[in-house]
Amino acid sequence: MLRLIALRVAMAVPVMLVVATIVFLLLRLSPGDPALVLAGDNAGPEAVARIRAEMGLDRPLLVQYFGWLGEIARGRFGISILSKVPVLALIRDRLEPTLVLALSAIVITVVLAVPLGAIAAWRHNSWIDRGVMMLSVVGFSVPAFVIGYLLILFLSVKADLFPVQGYVSPFSDPVAALRHLALPSLTLALVFMALIARVTRSSVLEVLGEDFVRTARAKGNVERRVLWRHALPNAAVPIITVIGLGIALLISGVVVTESVFNLPGVGRLTIDAILARDYPVVQGLMLFFALIYVGVNLLIDIAYVIVDPRIRY
Amino acid sequence: MNTSEPILRIENLSVALPAGLDRSHAVRDLSLDVHRRQIVCVVGESGSGKSVTASAVMRLLPEKVLRITGGTIRLEGEDVAAASPARICELRGNRMAMIFQEPLTALNPVMRIGDQIAEVMRIHRPQIAAESVEARVIELMGDVHLPDPAALRRVYPHQISGGQRQRVMIAMALALEPALIIADEPTTALDVTTQAQILRLFRELLTKHDSGVLMITHDFGVVADVADHVVVMRHGEVVERGEPEQVLSRPVHPYTRALIEAVPRFRFRYRPERLAAPEPVLVVEDLTLTYRSTSLLGRKRETRALDQVSFRLAPGETLGIVGESGSGKTSLAKTLLRFETPDSGRILFRGDDVAALSGCVLRDFRRHIQMIFQDPYKSLNPRRRIGQSLTEGPVHHGLSRADAVARARELMELVGLSPDALERFPHEFSGGQRQRICIARALAMQPSIIVADEAVSALDVSVQAQVLRLFEVLQRRIGFAMIFVTHDLRVASNICDRIAVMKRGRIVELGPAQAVFGQPQDDYTRELIAAVPGGVFEVAPAA
Repeated sequence: MLRLIALRVAMAVPVMLVVATIVFLLLRLSPGDPALVLAGDNAGPEAVARIRAEMGLDRPLLVQYFGWLGEIARGRFGISILSKVPVLALIRDRLEPTLVLALSAIVITVVLAVPLGAIAAWRHNSWIDRGVMMLSVVGFSVPAFVIGYLLILFLSVKADLFPVQGYVSPFSDPVAALRHLALPSLTLALVFMALIARVTRSSVLEVLGEDFVRTARAKGNVERRVLWRHALPNAAVPIITVIGLGIALLISGVVVTESVFNLPGVGRLTIDAILARDYPVVQGLMLFFALIYVGVNLLIDIAYVIVDPRIRY
Repeated sequence: MNTSEPILRIENLSVALPAGLDRSHAVRDLSLDVHRRQIVCVVGESGSGKSVTASAVMRLLPEKVLRITGGTIRLEGEDVAAASPARICELRGNRMAMIFQEPLTALNPVMRIGDQIAEVMRIHRPQIAAESVEARVIELMGDVHLPDPAALRRVYPHQISGGQRQRVMIAMALALEPALIIADEPTTALDVTTQAQILRLFRELLTKHDSGVLMITHDFGVVADVADHVVVMRHGEVVERGEPEQVLSRPVHPYTRALIEAVPRFRFRYRPERLAAPEPVLVVEDLTLTYRSTSLLGRKRETRALDQVSFRLAPGETLGIVGESGSGKTSLAKTLLRFETPDSGRILFRGDDVAALSGCVLRDFRRHIQMIFQDPYKSLNPRRRIGQSLTEGPVHHGLSRADAVARARELMELVGLSPDALERFPHEFSGGQRQRICIARALAMQPSIIVADEAVSALDVSVQAQVLRLFEVLQRRIGFAMIFVTHDLRVASNICDRIAVMKRGRIVELGPAQAVFGQPQDDYTRELIAAVPGGVFEVAPAA
């Protein structure tokens, strides 16, 4: 197990390097100039050139690239062009709402979607199955911002059950936090739930046809126990895989959801930084997301070994 | 309870098939009794309704597809067919238990075997303390002769052999000493020696636990060894029943006679001209193959799969490779096809060493040596038409499509199928037909050597006999050499010129079939021969 972790961490280094290169090139080669943004509408060409020189944007691309890599290797992700705050500090300050939101979305998903999918498989072709599958089509096809605004319209504005927007830290006021989190997490979780419910259903459906499920019935297991104790653990590998892949979906969802509900999280930071062409912040965020993704993949690999003893690395 | 009352009494059982199939009932009007300390064998080929009968007793039939339309099934006097679902759950595993055919797939792969055995007790006797359950699991594992129960109960099914898994299944079935044990082909997937041990075990446990066994089988050898009463089924109906001695030696129904005749028995063919060929097509010298695996803690484990294996194969000859599972038979076959690269040793194909080939030279060599696999259901791509499967290889190796199709049509006729079948999909064929298709696919490459790995083991005896005959005819007409890997010595004796007996990666005995089976030199060979089911029955063949 330790070897697996060490190996995966070692493998993350080249992955991150490739991500870093792409992030760097993507921003430099796309049109638009941060110096212009920073200098404002009234600045003359000299002022723009001065700002550009200050930021090192006038130097050759390769020099900029290696300089930047060197900084990163030393743990310095640069300073925001706009707010003059170190990028790491900026991300750290915005991390809590995003993590709380993402985690609650994942919890909602796993607690609701996995059982729903399993039951749909068990009651294959029944009305429960059709209902779950219909909901998952809806969850897939309606964009997060539409769902978000609809929820706000009906549950906040009309029914006045939840606050319209804003964030309260669960560490300061858990009850208010829960009320504030309910709609954003639901919005974020919906696509994810649709995906997981579908995968769980097809995976469990396949396992239910296996010989050992018949053996479990022949032992006198009631149907409920056959489903939870025998079928679901064997269907876990594809479900875990998709939960892992779904984290990517979640990252893009976080960006939209935080904008809709006006949460001061990393997602909002990303949008703001991109719109302002705040290069160091965008770069830092992309690396941060990539790192999270690599970390999640490592966790998934470890989870495989735990749920299926046949998997060994 | 009156001891003379049967444990299981099935009366006039009928199970309907969905409309539109070739017959209306999977089982029609079946009656049978199983008494205490009695083994009743239900014999028949696939489609005879024997497994449906077994599942009906356990109420494990998919009820949307197969419905019980008539008759009663009484377990210790209680009508199973009319019991509520809750009552059925109480009975299953408790008063009646089932042992399934496939030990590979019938155990939950992600649950420790000790837990799987304990589960039966936890379901039906939740009041028993955990320590007593544990002690009972160890006792049961000892009963079925599993080695080192205390340690073995913590492993997962994939970590033990097929024979051991079947013992786990049996331990599970015996856990609560049920009155009735239903065994559906319990030994079909096992080696002869394991099979003999398990059949002995059945007998032993039957007396110990005072239960009755309903055994489903297609093997008359097994019947001769263990049955107290035989029921022969065909197309869902009983065609003959009686004491095994009477049914085996004086079968009345022509179907029973045909089945008994199809049972492979030792029969040798002598073709000295095959062995006298001057130039061998394949020479294997000192082939060694080691599997290495590293455990989680970094501990390395080495398994010697092939240990200094040497033999030569003459053109047109059939060499049988026999031995138990784990003896290296399949590793040898894989290495000859170069799916595995040997550690050392040479494989000389027409004088050229192919042991170290790679890339396109290796691809080109593979054309000359083709493999036929055990499972005809899994070795054909279900989404491709037969014609595609048959022409893909030849086209890849440079034949024009029209020529490849012409050759495929010819081959289909050669293996006894209609050339029109090329347009159809694998699921439209029976197991025997699919194996014929696999043979045609191998022959499409015009190979010099065919490696058949347990090619007839998954087939019914009568189909088995047909396929063996087909191999013989084809070999005479086309003249390929064959390496025939099998665990069934009787099958091997029918088709092989020479036999190599393998044990733990080594060839322990190699010689003409008749000599190896007639006057075995090695103890292990003698052991294998003694374990062949129905040994006694062989002495007095029915014909």
